[in-house]
Amino acid sequence: MDEPLVRWDWIARNWDNGSPLAIRTLLENHVVMAFAPVLFGLLLALPIGLACARWRLLYQPATAVMNIVYAMPSLALFSILLSVTGLTQTTVIIPLTLFSLAVLIPAVVDGMTSVPDHVRQSAVAMGFRPLRRLLQVELPIATPVVLAGVRVATVASISLVSVGALIGQGGLGALFTDGWQRQFYTPIIVGIALIVLLAVGADLVLIALQRLLTPWSRARRSA
Amino acid sequence: MNWLIDFFGNPDNWSGSDGIPVRLLQHVEFSVLAFAIAALIALPLGLLIGHTGRGGVIVVLSANAARALPTLGLLVLVVLLIGVGTIWPVLIPLVALAIPPILVNTYEGIRGVDADLRDAAYGMGLRGPQVLFRALVPVALPLILLGLRLAAIQVVATATVAAYVGLGGLGRYIIDGLATKDYPSVFGGAVLVVLLALAVQFGFALLHRVIVSPGVRQVR
Repeated sequence: MDEPLVRWDWIARNWDNGSPLAIRTLLENHVVMAFAPVLFGLLLALPIGLACARWRLLYQPATAVMNIVYAMPSLALFSILLSVTGLTQTTVIIPLTLFSLAVLIPAVVDGMTSVPDHVRQSAVAMGFRPLRRLLQVELPIATPVVLAGVRVATVASISLVSVGALIGQGGLGALFTDGWQRQFYTPIIVGIALIVLLAVGADLVLIALQRLLTPWSRARRSA
Repeated sequence: MNWLIDFFGNPDNWSGSDGIPVRLLQHVEFSVLAFAIAALIALPLGLLIGHTGRGGVIVVLSANAARALPTLGLLVLVVLLIGVGTIWPVLIPLVALAIPPILVNTYEGIRGVDADLRDAAYGMGLRGPQVLFRALVPVALPLILLGLRLAAIQVVATATVAAYVGLGGLGRYIIDGLATKDYPSVFGGAVLVVLLALAVQFGFALLHRVIVSPGVRQVR
């Protein structure tokens, strides 16, 4: 074993050396390409999910479409889009947004379904009009379920961005192709470690956010 | 569209060692192997921790962390470490990919069964394993099948990446096509993988219809 698994000096030299393969640059690109799809996905999933929860007839076809989208391999979508959007971050962001939608739309619908009927009726009886009822009663109650979906979508997105390296836009995934081409372990291990850390960190932030947004769920448990 | 006709209309793509039937079989072969290994590990474990309730939190947390493992990175690392003599190195990342959804859904499915039902089963004189297999599993089956389906689809979709380290399967069309700017091949490969994944999806829908008890189906 002449080649060590991790060359720490390589990490230090390549952290921020100004090249497009500097670890810091890749990390920043990775964060953009991983979080943008979840954000766009959530913005799209909220209206679509609410519509599906309101008109259940829509949900069946929407689920069918989302199941098909979910079955598409990311690499296939990246390469198909490559001919349209070229070698840009958009090529990665669009498919990942679709994957996020496939997770988030059911989450929004399940969240709305989790609102107990008596709560909804109480709100109506108290004079809440539909919009205010949605914003102040239904969405807050749906938050834990929606956020659970956001957590799944975020972790999946962070992990999937790296496949983009095969079409030249993979954030930290570039460390995998680089390491493979040079038969060099260090970049690969650094890439895996940073991606897992990023995902675990984002997950913890989302858990904290959920505790912050739904203080009542904690109060009930401690009572 | 023309690209698809170029690809599927080319007779060369239908025969020989890089023809569609051979590539498809290779793809199915290591997808099935990886899926089977993952199911053999995750199903019993999920049933066990779901039934006993021990270690559930830790397993779910670590399964969620495992979801973050980038398959491409794992694949490249394992193949560099072990070499590509056999397909086993490729199976490791795919198995790692398939375990979390099966494990978490099986666990949550068994855990989520109504406590009254569990008590009733014990009250009728069933013993531990009987309660699990005659009462809990049938009720949890929709969720368990969902986990298996998600895992199978992810394996089929991600097995394309295996082509990057030189393995066969449908990913070859995409990776080789990208390398040589042969876009009909990229497109055709992508379409084939999507069709295969949809076939898996359909298969599971059918399985769901056959093995899930009609009574349980009504509730969900």
